[in-house]
Amino acid sequence: MKNKSLSNLTRGLIRENPVFVMMLGMCPTLGVTTSLENALGMGVATAFTLLLSNSVIALIKNLIPAMVRIPCYIVLIASIVTVIDMMMAARLPNLHAKLGIYIPLIVVNCIILGRAEAFASKNNLFQSALDALGMGLGFTLALALLGSVREILGAGSLFGHSFIGEEGYPVLLFIMPPGAFLALAGLIMVVNRLRGVK
Amino acid sequence: MKPIKSTLFNMIAALLAVATLSAAALGYVYQITKDPIAQAKDQKTLDAIREVVNAFDNNPFAEKTTVTTPDGKHRLELYPARENGTITSVAIKTFSDNGFGGKIELIIGMLMDGTITGYKVIEQKETPGLGTKIAEKKFADQFIGLNSYQNEFKLTKDGGEIDAVTGATISSKAVIDAVEKAIVTYKKFNAGATGHEE
Repeated sequence: MKNKSLSNLTRGLIRENPVFVMMLGMCPTLGVTTSLENALGMGVATAFTLLLSNSVIALIKNLIPAMVRIPCYIVLIASIVTVIDMMMAARLPNLHAKLGIYIPLIVVNCIILGRAEAFASKNNLFQSALDALGMGLGFTLALALLGSVREILGAGSLFGHSFIGEEGYPVLLFIMPPGAFLALAGLIMVVNRLRGVK
Repeated sequence: MKPIKSTLFNMIAALLAVATLSAAALGYVYQITKDPIAQAKDQKTLDAIREVVNAFDNNPFAEKTTVTTPDGKHRLELYPARENGTITSVAIKTFSDNGFGGKIELIIGMLMDGTITGYKVIEQKETPGLGTKIAEKKFADQFIGLNSYQNEFKLTKDGGEIDAVTGATISSKAVIDAVEKAIVTYKKFNAGATGHEE
């Protein structure tokens, strides 16, 4: 039992990392990782959504007839995301302004529905929450890595602190969309090497 | 507890219940976040006014007037900053629809002789890390000290004296568009205030 819980928690970090291994949620991954701050904000917001949606779905899974489960899940996820969107606009207006359209788009992030369907609909509340935490952390970790690489190379700064000065020439390409793909490819190479994939 | 069966009645009941509960939860959160969201926006406007105009001893926010742009298409909000009763400078809330991600809203400050004292971006949907740099000092400070009656507002590549944000020409042009809107409106307001036509 204990091992299973631990494995549910750690699975999302590296072994089944949603970004590097499962390739889910590519839209926010490529879209908002222009700086470490944006990446962390997006990662935490997604992880929080995932935790809430997995928990709620694990609780009510037996009350939902199998044939209409997907529409029910989507309505629940959309509501949770909208609640988070409004809360962020009220409490963290600056971060909310920076992430803009990507917050409502968490609704269509495959990770959320994917974990609801693949895990929360078959497991109890505790295990589903652990799974959500692991996946959420894995997603945040992946975004933070990508955000750091892109901010360092593309803007010559980290967390908004520039270390190349006003006259430096960063590789601007890395904060533009093509740079997102290049940086992601590079990171996936490294992760695959670490996982021992041939 | 066993999962309930997918009979027509169960499916309708489940969907109805999920939708009703979600709607109720959303309505509730909307109610409690409505005021904080509006407040955060007002606060942002007020902070922006404070940053772009000279010292004042009135409440510019309370004295706001709306002025129609000379082409009659838009109405801009104008906040007069007074010291000892006379208007020393004004803050104008202006916008452009030509941003890369749509609408950009700025608060721009001007002395009564037409000198620009700076601007603050209050709303934008530009590309994070690229277009969002229109809010940063390096670009924004170029406008400080320019005079609405004497200077031309154009990018360097169009023969003007304002350097565009690298990789974000469209966003830079949108700022100039917004500034120009504010200038023509300001000239109209100023002509009205001092009693002579332009």
